[in-house]
Amino acid sequence: MAYSDKVLDHYENPRNVGSLDKAAKDVGTGVVGAPECGDVMKLQIKVSSDGVIEDAKFKTFGCGSAIASSSLATEWVKGKTVDEALGIKNTDIVEELSLPPVKIHCSVLAEDAIRAALTDYRSKQNPDEKADSE
Amino acid sequence: MTSAPSTNNKHIYLDYNATTPLDPRVLDAMMPYLRENFGNAASRSHSFGWAAEEAVKIARQQVADLLGASDKEIIFTSGATESDNLAIKGAVEMLAKKGKHIITCVTEHKAVLDSCKYLETNGLADVTWLEVGKNGLVTPEQVAEAIRDDTVLITIMMANNEIGSIHPIKEIGAIAHEKGIWFHTDATQGIAKLPFDVNDLNVDMASMSAHKIYGPKGVGALYVRRRKPRVRLSPQMHGGGHERGMRSGTLNVPGIVGLGAACKIAKDDFDKDQAHYKALRDRLEQKIRGALDHVELNGDDEQRLVTTFNISFAYVEGESLIMGIPEIAVSSGSACTSASLEPSYVLRALGVGDDLAHSSIRFSVGRFTTEAEVDAAADTVIKTVRKLRDMSPLYEMAQEGIDLSSVNWDAH
Repeated sequence: MAYSDKVLDHYENPRNVGSLDKAAKDVGTGVVGAPECGDVMKLQIKVSSDGVIEDAKFKTFGCGSAIASSSLATEWVKGKTVDEALGIKNTDIVEELSLPPVKIHCSVLAEDAIRAALTDYRSKQNPDEKADSE
Repeated sequence: MTSAPSTNNKHIYLDYNATTPLDPRVLDAMMPYLRENFGNAASRSHSFGWAAEEAVKIARQQVADLLGASDKEIIFTSGATESDNLAIKGAVEMLAKKGKHIITCVTEHKAVLDSCKYLETNGLADVTWLEVGKNGLVTPEQVAEAIRDDTVLITIMMANNEIGSIHPIKEIGAIAHEKGIWFHTDATQGIAKLPFDVNDLNVDMASMSAHKIYGPKGVGALYVRRRKPRVRLSPQMHGGGHERGMRSGTLNVPGIVGLGAACKIAKDDFDKDQAHYKALRDRLEQKIRGALDHVELNGDDEQRLVTTFNISFAYVEGESLIMGIPEIAVSSGSACTSASLEPSYVLRALGVGDDLAHSSIRFSVGRFTTEAEVDAAADTVIKTVRKLRDMSPLYEMAQEGIDLSSVNWDAH
């Protein structure tokens, strides 16, 4: 399979690999996917007091496109507000990385990971509203 | 060692179970039959035909010698897939009045599985699909228990292409002979890597391919026993009645000459090749297993081809690993590397979880593999696995002591 240059670049030089303290109140963690499906993404965000995502980290088990999608997702969420980050669509990732149709699920997973991290963060801020956090 | 075929490719080839390069000695044997000796082996009226006929005769004997067979028992085909089709469909059709039950196993090559499925789907055979153990093997007892009054054919491969597990075909063949049932083995991966003798192994039909043993692609053979029992097959390719009427079609003379030469070299160099394969495979295996934790060998540790090493690197996905080792040619059981998007059916049959199947790599060494290549490959693989584990959430969880099977994953 031929990979786009951008996928190769993210695979070879992944941005923001690592972990943040998942117990911290200002950190949101999203883990999506399943090992038996061949991809699991963990995406974490750290949000400043004024609501801006100041740091993001990821770890991904998956193919090169999955790694690239999550690496790109961390780049994109940084500097955005929580609401702005919710606006990131998987189709933007597909376009940026020139993913072929068979790899679109990687971008969907990355979008899910962003949403899961944001949801986790919000539920930590408003523990009483957990049930309707979206 | 024979010098490797010249190539402009700087990549390290460790996928010899998929195909092998042509041995330069094989190409030398073939060249005259691609040039001046272009005759049709069936032309009886001139020297062009006689030269071709003579070359085919020599090649047939060379193939027979490697298999411990008589030259009259060798049918040339286009490769092991055709040999498997001819053996299975040809036998079942020939024995239709006697019965229609076949015994095979779930980890066979697709050429066997799909031939059996074709017969089953069309009501021409009942098929018992034997499961394999965790080591990838069927037992002779499983085969004996599956036999019915109307069983006409048992087909069990000699060694598995993906994991290299070696089935007890001698014992299975003995059971078949005791019951008067024909026994076919797809010996494509076993021949030239294991001692092979049709009489010692109680084999009635054996499929083989030239390109797995340093011969050309597009040619193979089927061994068909002539005595005790006399096996006759219904042809699947009709025409001029070549190959004792079992396989029509003008003989692929250069290909057949190449197959013969490859068989002769395999026989002459058997001990040398074995020692070479084993030394390199073991070196690769020891380096990788010595450097990395959480690795699982797929298949049987002992009953395994000396060329083959199939391993799962837990917490690393196979396609991403292959992407990180672009200069090393290997294959993976990962779904992402196949067209089907399903992980390897062979690994699944062993009970390897889908997660580990996704993380599997098959290394297979060969005649032209060097120690330097093995060392370079091992170093690159180890480095890449470590890098990918550093970015694997699963490895992190495992290091934290989380049991991954207890996690409620969000499957999609």
